[in-house]
Amino acid sequence: MTPKRKKRLLLIALMVAGVGIAAGFALKAFNENLMFFYTPSDIVAGKAPVDHPIRAGGLVTTGSVKRQADGLTVRFDITDNAETVTIQYTGILPDLFREGQGIVALGELGKDQMFVASEVLAKHDENYMPPEVADALQATHEAGVKGAADTVK
Amino acid sequence: MTPELGNFALILSLCLSLVLATFPLIGSINNTPGWVALAKPAAWGQFFFVSISFAALVSAFISNDFSVLYVAQNGNTQLPLIYKISAVWGAHEGSLLLWALILSGWTVAVALFSRALPPEIVARVLAVMGMVSIGFLSFLLFTSNPFDRVFPVPLEGGDLNPLLQDFGLAVHPPMLYMGYVGLSVAFSFALAALIGGKLDASWARWSRPWTLVAWVFLTLGIVLGSWWAYYELGWGGWWFWDPVENASFMPWLVATALIHSLAVTEKRGAFKRWTVLLALLAFSLSLLGTFLVRSGVLTSVHSFAADPARGLFILVFLCIVIGGSLTVYAWRAPEVTSGGKFDLLCRETLLLGNNLLLVVITAFILLGTLAPLIYDAMGWGKISVGFPWFTTMFVIFTPFLIIIMGLGPLARWKKQDPGDLARQLRIALLLSLAAGVLLALPIFHEGNIWGGLAVMLSVWLLSSLVLSLRQRWRYRKGITGILKDIGSRGSGSYYGMVIAHLGVAVFIIGVTFVTQFDVEQDIRMSPGQTVELAGHTFRFDGARAIQGPNYRADQGTIRVFNKDGKEVAILSPEKRTYLVQTRPMTEAGIDPGFTRDIYVSLGETLGNGDWSLRLYFKPLVRWIWLGGILMGIGGLLAASDRRYRMAMARKTVPARAAAKRLAAEGGS
Repeated sequence: MTPKRKKRLLLIALMVAGVGIAAGFALKAFNENLMFFYTPSDIVAGKAPVDHPIRAGGLVTTGSVKRQADGLTVRFDITDNAETVTIQYTGILPDLFREGQGIVALGELGKDQMFVASEVLAKHDENYMPPEVADALQATHEAGVKGAADTVK
Repeated sequence: MTPELGNFALILSLCLSLVLATFPLIGSINNTPGWVALAKPAAWGQFFFVSISFAALVSAFISNDFSVLYVAQNGNTQLPLIYKISAVWGAHEGSLLLWALILSGWTVAVALFSRALPPEIVARVLAVMGMVSIGFLSFLLFTSNPFDRVFPVPLEGGDLNPLLQDFGLAVHPPMLYMGYVGLSVAFSFALAALIGGKLDASWARWSRPWTLVAWVFLTLGIVLGSWWAYYELGWGGWWFWDPVENASFMPWLVATALIHSLAVTEKRGAFKRWTVLLALLAFSLSLLGTFLVRSGVLTSVHSFAADPARGLFILVFLCIVIGGSLTVYAWRAPEVTSGGKFDLLCRETLLLGNNLLLVVITAFILLGTLAPLIYDAMGWGKISVGFPWFTTMFVIFTPFLIIIMGLGPLARWKKQDPGDLARQLRIALLLSLAAGVLLALPIFHEGNIWGGLAVMLSVWLLSSLVLSLRQRWRYRKGITGILKDIGSRGSGSYYGMVIAHLGVAVFIIGVTFVTQFDVEQDIRMSPGQTVELAGHTFRFDGARAIQGPNYRADQGTIRVFNKDGKEVAILSPEKRTYLVQTRPMTEAGIDPGFTRDIYVSLGETLGNGDWSLRLYFKPLVRWIWLGGILMGIGGLLAASDRRYRMAMARKTVPARAAAKRLAAEGGS
């Protein structure tokens, strides 16, 4: 092997090693930062991890939005038309947050089943439904239809 | 009548793009000058008809022609004129038409500024651009025709999304599209060169100015988008790692790698295959961006109502473009000769390192952007990748990029003595370490490690730029030499590089300071109440109702005083409700400054005149965009280098001769 080749090989080896180490760290961090989405039914059924960042979404139950004494903390319920979860959020809600609207909340589920949100997302487009929420509602609906069909049988 | 004219013009332009994509290419392969000569007229014709079509849509918006469905959905009689025009690209169909218009514009620009190039090469470049054009024009005509009529005709339009009724967003999409589509020129040059089997330094020299201009537009488009998000969304954020933002950032990263790699190919003849691959990749990522935005597969602040047929069309188109170009690459690239040899430490290696890092960052962003799609498709659950991950990725790789950026301009091509480079950069290393440690340790104030790191990197970059300038000063023998040097060959590239790299240093400082030292508070305030934040006193003077041209609003008044009790700013944040779409919108009150922004937005009314408010103190936030603008200026300067024009002038004679020869051969 000529010295020139050796040098080139060394260069390539260094680069591969560098990128490899970096990629290892990146993928580890990636797994820690994945936030899974849970529907209210999942959360009530205990499928969602406690004290770990997750996302939860559903429709804001009409009449459930209650402002706490400090004036900034809000509690409201979200539902997938089967189960309901209470969300607590301190701060300013997005412009398009309304009762009856589909929202997605980012935060952690406490041991008391209270979801403490660090961020609440409502979409820019008022006709827009977050796809996760739409799927959750659809799943509940199908389960309901199936249940009804089973009862008839 | 006008909409039919627009529709008809669109069909004609599709026909012309079909001509453009086929005849010149075939002609260039089997030496038929008559067919090659078709390229430029076809490009002009295509541009002409797309322009007519675009003008027809603009006129439909201005004249409130609500019989056109797209106008009925996005237009309104109450809209100010400027937003009637920008409403043209406010939604899906019109923005695609804008895309097609810009593409045909770039095609004509290539036809216009490539007189010095051999005609068969121009013909191939234009033909490839014609193929891309076919894709977009048929997408428009078959799935998203902006001229579709609606019956019964509504009396009033649905109005433009209020978020888009803003100057920043009127300009942001055209700029971004200029960048996205501009990369198609580099893509077409690369494919044309692969088809012709002639990949050499002159190919790189032709591609460079085009790539630089596209990169400048992309840079400015992203900066505009970030600035818009900052003041218009009312959250004080300037980057969200949102899929659509990533979609514009990935082509930018690859295009940045490409302009550096093109430099190596032009100067040293090395990295040819890699450069071609980057050119193909950059435009493919632009297309992927369009797919992500337009198909609505990803949840994003930008995604509007989705249509699966459109998504499928773009997906197929994407596969054809990426698959096709990679096939050509696999077929022709082995024939490309490898270029000049170089040592382990030299400018080539450093630029290779830069390329590698940029591509790795792109790959990770791509992973983070597509992961939710992949997880969903594989049935592994619905996920989203947290904002912190992207930030971590960026913070891991960027320091290496900056270290290389400091070394690169000072290193020699081909072979660099390590000791020599170390001696040159001794001062830079000392300065940057000193500055970094000073800020990281609690000497003057509490100290911040990240702030220290950012300052260290920026000082490193700045001092290495100063050293490089000093070196040039010495070679040019003082001020007279430098003055003579300005405007000479290669100086545009050099000074452009200096300014763009300066922009990176400014950007790094801005980003780090605003993320590390910004102060934020959500608070409930009664009229007359004051609150302390970052050494300033904020006094809320209540809110009152006001009436805008097409909205109602509550406007708050906040007075800000500094430590000495002097009034620094009166801010008037608004909570608007637009009359047609009846949606609320937060309009932040901002006191901009070179060293800091004071930013206030209204939350909601809590009764008794009380409001929830969000107060921010953002140090050096403007430096983020200032850095971007400096990068853009640097890019323009580099693109205007005399070398490119001289290269063309020199090429003219042989090109004409080649044309004559071709004509003679064709005639025989």
